[in-house]
Amino acid sequence: MQKRLLLDGKLLQITISRLCQHLIENHDDFANTVILGLQPRGIYLAERIKKTLEAELKKTIDLGYLDTTFHRDDFRRREDPLKPNQTKVPFIIEGKNVIVVDDVLYTGRSVRAALDAMTTFGRPAKVELLVLIDRMYSRDIPVEANYIGKKVNTLESQKVKVELKEQGSEKDNIWLINIPE
Amino acid sequence: MSQLNTKHLLGIKDLTAEEINLIFETADGFKDVLNRPIKKVPSLRDVTVANVFFENSTRTRLSFELAEKRLSADVINFSSSSSSVKKGETLLDTVNNILSMKVDMIVMRHSSPGAPHFLAKHIDANIINAGDGTHEHPTQALLDSFSIREKLGDVAGRKVVIVGDILHSRVALSNIFALQKLGAEVMVCGPATLLPKHISSLGVKVELDIRKALEWCDVANILRIQLERQKMRYFPSLREYSQHYGVNKQLLDTLNKEIVIMHPGPINRGVEITSDVADSDHSIILQQVENGVAVRMAVLYLLAGKKAG
Repeated sequence: MQKRLLLDGKLLQITISRLCQHLIENHDDFANTVILGLQPRGIYLAERIKKTLEAELKKTIDLGYLDTTFHRDDFRRREDPLKPNQTKVPFIIEGKNVIVVDDVLYTGRSVRAALDAMTTFGRPAKVELLVLIDRMYSRDIPVEANYIGKKVNTLESQKVKVELKEQGSEKDNIWLINIPE
Repeated sequence: MSQLNTKHLLGIKDLTAEEINLIFETADGFKDVLNRPIKKVPSLRDVTVANVFFENSTRTRLSFELAEKRLSADVINFSSSSSSVKKGETLLDTVNNILSMKVDMIVMRHSSPGAPHFLAKHIDANIINAGDGTHEHPTQALLDSFSIREKLGDVAGRKVVIVGDILHSRVALSNIFALQKLGAEVMVCGPATLLPKHISSLGVKVELDIRKALEWCDVANILRIQLERQKMRYFPSLREYSQHYGVNKQLLDTLNKEIVIMHPGPINRGVEITSDVADSDHSIILQQVENGVAVRMAVLYLLAGKKAG
């Protein structure tokens, strides 16, 4: 199986710091802003962003986990129904600025499901999307990210694999993998 | 594992422990949904469910209907008392007529054991058994075990006694299967006339003395005395039943431990259980009802989730 390294641990750290600086530029001291990590893999990135922001701003940032399983549009169209993960939104999102965080933006369908799931908790003032990897030119629906770690041009036959220490990997690495036919 | 190996939920007997746990994990997700400001998800929006009840029900029917609506399914209700069944239409004809209106799932309660199994052989829709005579009531057993798991952390290793009318109870049979598959020890307790003759062949303990049963158990699931199914007298009077097998506060106070009290409803207050026990802190009767909706959502979701043909 061929694979190409997109980001290693050091580059990942630099990328996260850059994304956080960009967030602070737009959201000032995060007084009215919360972060929602998308289950299952966006939550690890969201945790790191929270930690970096907290170190920088010296205050607690609200972070929630959002599971989109029941709002997906491929239910009854895939072989197996997906198993739900925990949703934890321990704050009110009505009237807040919400930053939705996910690891990879591909077809945009997960983000659509997330926007749908989020409205069951209230009506945010503004929603933005932050992703680590943007797989360009592969959208099924018109969704774009506001903050992007790295843009990558990929084929449908390829896969982006995010390995983070929190998920049990030895090192932080993000790979582009060719899946053999 | 992320899907059930079966197209229908006819009984707990057909499920594996792994499948039951999958239903519980999915129900955890739905319980979370039910505590949100908007308690509805769009998963089943292109699914139509018919609740076909040939026997009376309050809880199960409302619980299924609510579960279906929380999943955004279209719901139609049918009850035999106000239908053409009274005019002599057969079960299969009735259901085929409902299905020709493009219904995807049938939730059925019927007084004949095996009625949903018969339907499953003849029709294409998913069938959920909501109680078939004295045979099985799978979603009740699932919500009972789910409630034990929620209250005590795990079902495995727990001692559960099922008290009362075991002979006529579909809840008892489904509960025995579910609890055993999940690794609990099961005992049945009741007057000898209300215990099936060969019940111990299912691997359950049998106890005639309610006090000994309660001393043994961690959880007591107290069943309703089903007078409507009793064609002959199995005990002299309700008063005598309640004196020998009724669970009351004085009896629980003499045990030197706390046990969890369950009841599938509807309660005959003062017969199998007194009000001070049913309404006490040890009772999880209302949690059972609450969990019923989440568990039924999980079953509907998992059965409907198989790729549409």
